[in-house]
Amino acid sequence: MDSQPFLAKTFPPLLVLRSPSVPPFFFFKSQLQAHFHLLDPLDSSEPTHSFLSRHAPSVLALLCVGATPISSETLSLLPSLKLVVASSAGFDHIDLQECRRRGITVTTAGQAFSEDVADFAVGLLIDVLRRMSAGDRYVRSGSWVTKGEYPLGAKLSGKRIGIVGLGRIGSEVAKRLVAFGCSIAYCSRKEKPLVPYAYHSTVDELAKKSDALILCSSLTKETHHMIDHGVMEALGKEGVIVNVGRGGLVDEKELVKFLVQGQIGGAGLDVYEDEPLVPQELFAMENVVLAPHASVYTPESSTALQELVIGNLKAFFSNEPLLSAAQLE
Amino acid sequence: MESIGVLMACPMNPYLEQELHKRFTLHRFWKVPDKSTFLTTHCNSIRAVVGNASAGADAQLIEALPKLEIVASFSVGLDKIDLAKCKEKGIRVTNTPDVLTEDVADLAIGLMLAVLRKLCESDRYVRSGKWKKGNYMLTTKFTGKRVGIIGLGRIGMAIAKRAEAFSCPISYHSRTEKTETKYKYYPSVVELAANCDILVVACSLTEETRHIVNRKVIDALGAKGVLINIGRGPHVDEPELVSALVERRIGGAGLDVFEHEPEVPEELFGLDNVVLLPHVGSGTVETRKAMADLVLGNLEAHFLNKPLLTPVV
Repeated sequence: MDSQPFLAKTFPPLLVLRSPSVPPFFFFKSQLQAHFHLLDPLDSSEPTHSFLSRHAPSVLALLCVGATPISSETLSLLPSLKLVVASSAGFDHIDLQECRRRGITVTTAGQAFSEDVADFAVGLLIDVLRRMSAGDRYVRSGSWVTKGEYPLGAKLSGKRIGIVGLGRIGSEVAKRLVAFGCSIAYCSRKEKPLVPYAYHSTVDELAKKSDALILCSSLTKETHHMIDHGVMEALGKEGVIVNVGRGGLVDEKELVKFLVQGQIGGAGLDVYEDEPLVPQELFAMENVVLAPHASVYTPESSTALQELVIGNLKAFFSNEPLLSAAQLE
Repeated sequence: MESIGVLMACPMNPYLEQELHKRFTLHRFWKVPDKSTFLTTHCNSIRAVVGNASAGADAQLIEALPKLEIVASFSVGLDKIDLAKCKEKGIRVTNTPDVLTEDVADLAIGLMLAVLRKLCESDRYVRSGKWKKGNYMLTTKFTGKRVGIIGLGRIGMAIAKRAEAFSCPISYHSRTEKTETKYKYYPSVVELAANCDILVVACSLTEETRHIVNRKVIDALGAKGVLINIGRGPHVDEPELVSALVERRIGGAGLDVFEHEPEVPEELFGLDNVVLLPHVGSGTVETRKAMADLVLGNLEAHFLNKPLLTPVV
């Protein structure tokens, strides 16, 4: 039943598409209801297909909650749609090709999270190199008393960092690591002008010249499994991979093999190919740090996300410039 | 130089031990069953002591070694060496500054991130196999938090430089104001604690700085404040800190050092807002080798009558 205030009917309608498993962090219902008339198929007993068809004529804007898939099939039910608002850092779950074809604008939410994700990436890197989580386990298990000194880690300052994807998040990571005396190089679809870091046109080239790779790029057909056997070999036995992008950027089976065989120095992972499944072999490793896709979860990112999403929607309905429209190539 | 007796206070580094054994007559103090008999027997041949953060040369040891000429510490901290006694007897003292500055500063930032973003807790959670899609926990943002540094020496400055890259406003307390820096100075640790979100101990341990983080400072830091200690355990009133953490009167702590290492208060083991490390501030392969080379270089310089590399006394 419609639980919104009477005046809500005069608010612009906003279609909300969300998978039930998406964390509430990405769906701030009451804040949205203050500005928009929410059309949410999950709040209706009507089958989604007919709910969408019935409301289709009035639906100009759609809020994609978290990583809820927006397929071309769904889009085909919404002929009046002009705007898709993403509410997560990545948007590989949205059929961008179809949006481009239909002239539907997509707004991104990445800028709400970039500092928190960059902080997390640096934290994971320090953790892997300096064995913080492993050291903490060592102390809590009483091993410092019984076994003595903990094995040495690896120095971070001065290391060569390769950033894969120099977008907002990649740039924030670079800025932080520069202060640790690290040298920064990157690879990206195109070279970025006015950037003080060395550019490499392929990940393999970048890996050859890096001690650690930080994966900050979005997941697309082109970037899927871009961290493969060849890249890991190029990175070498002491190399470290930190992934705060998407699990699909890495050939996970290959990474596990490399780690098990000691062919790579270590890994700090916040994302995986099939979350929440994490390869069990990693649980026994001291040179691996695992996080549950947590890089964005701070109150500040939550507030920033709400402001960005609502800001984009208000701008759209007032015919004003959008805050974060994506360039759909 | 093989006839020169060098006393190594405790195990600290296999490479250093190996090299000392090659170049001198090395005595491993920790392997000696009866220390007083040993000292009586060897007191005339021991001309150098190599110590570290755990064991050095106190007044008793110095008095027992009449031929002692130099104490070379495998650390930058000198709290295990009776400096006054050394000065009095004309005994040289060296440490390992600069080579470990970056590692310690890196770890300080690492601890801040680990505590605020609950990195170790998250890792435990994933390894437990309990992660379900959609589960999450809000942690605390690090960027922009106010960082207060006790002791703006080499390590304190290196921490400040790194924290600035995360847009953290920096403030500090030290014996004297450093007018050449742009950071905000507080004349007392309590005021510093009251005006920051993350308080880092980065000063040397002396009589004056023992328990510099006491109940008053902990109260001033408050329920949202986080303490990071990469200095020495005795900088902090440990029982006070433990009760503040257990009672949630303080937001969290990242500790690399403790009052009675390797013992760590067990009450901390059950807390999710602390990160506990086994004194690994300078614990990387690269840095420990550099520290060892500095110890060896200082000893060699001394016995060849050349200027010491990193003298303190």
